[in-house]
Amino acid sequence: MPHAIPEALPAPEVRLVTTPGRARCFELSGAWNLRGLESRLAELTPRLAEYVTDNGAVWDLRGIDVLDHAGAMVLWRAWGRRRIPNLTLKSEHEAVFHHLDIPPEPVAAGAAHDPLWLVVKVGRKVMRVLDHLATMVAVLGQVVLDAIYLVRQPARIPWREISSNIYRTGTQALGITALVGFLVGVVLSYLSAQQLKIFGADAFIINILGISVIRELGPVLAAILIAGRSGSAITAQLGVMRVTQELDAMEVMGIPQTLRLILPKMLALAISMPLIVLWTNAIALIGGMVSAQAELGIGYTYFLSNLPDAVPIANLWLGLGKGVVFGFLIALVACHFGLRIEPNTESLGIGTTNSVVTSITVVIIVDAVFAIMFKDIGIS
Amino acid sequence: MEDCIIEVKGLWTQFGENVVHRNIDLCVRRGEIMSLVGGSGSGKTTMLRQMLGLERPARGEVRVFGVSLHGGDSGQLHKLRDRWGMLFQEGALFSALTVFDNVALPLRELRLLDEELIHDLVIMKLDMVGIEPRHASKMPAELSGGMVKRIALARALALEPELLFLDEPTAGLDPDRSESFVTLIKELHRELNLTVVMVTHDLDTLVALSDRVAVLCDQRLEIVGTLDEVVANKHPFICNFFMGERGRRALEAVKAIKDIVSMT
Repeated sequence: MPHAIPEALPAPEVRLVTTPGRARCFELSGAWNLRGLESRLAELTPRLAEYVTDNGAVWDLRGIDVLDHAGAMVLWRAWGRRRIPNLTLKSEHEAVFHHLDIPPEPVAAGAAHDPLWLVVKVGRKVMRVLDHLATMVAVLGQVVLDAIYLVRQPARIPWREISSNIYRTGTQALGITALVGFLVGVVLSYLSAQQLKIFGADAFIINILGISVIRELGPVLAAILIAGRSGSAITAQLGVMRVTQELDAMEVMGIPQTLRLILPKMLALAISMPLIVLWTNAIALIGGMVSAQAELGIGYTYFLSNLPDAVPIANLWLGLGKGVVFGFLIALVACHFGLRIEPNTESLGIGTTNSVVTSITVVIIVDAVFAIMFKDIGIS
Repeated sequence: MEDCIIEVKGLWTQFGENVVHRNIDLCVRRGEIMSLVGGSGSGKTTMLRQMLGLERPARGEVRVFGVSLHGGDSGQLHKLRDRWGMLFQEGALFSALTVFDNVALPLRELRLLDEELIHDLVIMKLDMVGIEPRHASKMPAELSGGMVKRIALARALALEPELLFLDEPTAGLDPDRSESFVTLIKELHRELNLTVVMVTHDLDTLVALSDRVAVLCDQRLEIVGTLDEVVANKHPFICNFFMGERGRRALEAVKAIKDIVSMT
């Protein structure tokens, strides 16, 4: 049968043949390959184990049509990892038994219990954090040196990179920040309005919305969105450049990485972030205004004309200042994690996650620091 | 009738306006090693991907083991995938899994073998490609390119395939490594009675392994035949490919070996 299609082969089988006057003989036949055995393995294994205890018997494998390594391995294991003495088989099947002599599974040595494991674990974590801080400071230092260099040689300022980064991190983020800002404004205004109605202090909605949005919510909301959106993109981009050896190529060509990749991103985010904050503030206030009009009947003109009195201008500068700092920090953290990515895909995923989580955490911590430092400013 | 494992009939491939394959017919016979060669951009790898069902040709049909890959019978196609193995150019090992788990994955997917048998089979496959068991717990990122290729080959062989696809099996290996890789494939081909389809640029590999060579150029299959038949063809691409300095050297080396063999 020259056109033998494996599916048509008989199933693997083992039979006991007894001829009077001769040793008992186990005859194997059929397709002893992975596909043939798949469905029959559960049945055959215990039978083989039973037959193998019959020491005097002869094993005849000449009836086997197809034998592959999986089939040979099943037999080998049944025979107790050795070649059974009374064995006859086709010469072409001989080679299949060559690779079988492998050491059995090593018994996993139980890891010795370290009484100090907790200390070691915490210590490792602390060391990792310190290591992160050290390299981040190194990146920051290099960026400062680059900035000084650029001040001396303004012709070398990478305008194109800065401009394209502003477009990517700023312009393209307008939609999502507007949507989130508007909804937060509506919700905040609606919930405050419910409380204010009780006290009849309707007009204070302007103070509440103005201060909270301009001083706190606008910058933090925008920063969290940008950290998730642009921070992850920066880390992934640098990581992919590491994986594809583009970073190495730049270094070999003598193009300074910090100057061409990192500094433009930091500058771009430091420029676009306050603008995004301003935009988010405006949209959130519009949302709040719409809600206030619907809930409390406060007109748009009244709202807008009273806003400057309710919110001292210092709050706006504070919010924008936070935006600059947040943008800078997000870019720093994202670049730092991007440069630490190792050339494999798993590291890329972990690095991007860590980058986003860290930059959001850093933003919130720094925001708290701001709140303490400027607690006497802008609140009458 | 020829005993075709892979049958390509009237295959057209088109990327936009760019026609890559124009009406190609090809038959890969059982048990042979068939090499696909051609200039860059001639669609060798594309054709390999079409044979694997990863890409759909614009027109025409690819049948593997008599099953049409683009016929739409997903059940049959699924069975088919257990019967072939593919070695990707860069290995394509799953970077999140250890070496052991990479090779064990196709066996575990069968859901019929117990973990102990899988362990033995995996260690055996690794042994076959010359990887020691102590490397089994490493991650792919810790390994050299040559090791990654050999482990990828072990993974391709895990399901005891009848058909093996190789995409540039020796690209990126040093001469010593490629030599041993070629020997390895030769041995496995003999031992496991494999049919092999291979895309390669490396003349030494081509000469050492191929039973037949298919030359793709000018959107067509210029010639399919043994190495001698192909070399005798006067198409300019073939002349450049085989009769250049490097090609002649590789061919002369083979001839010298053949002479020695015939003398003894």
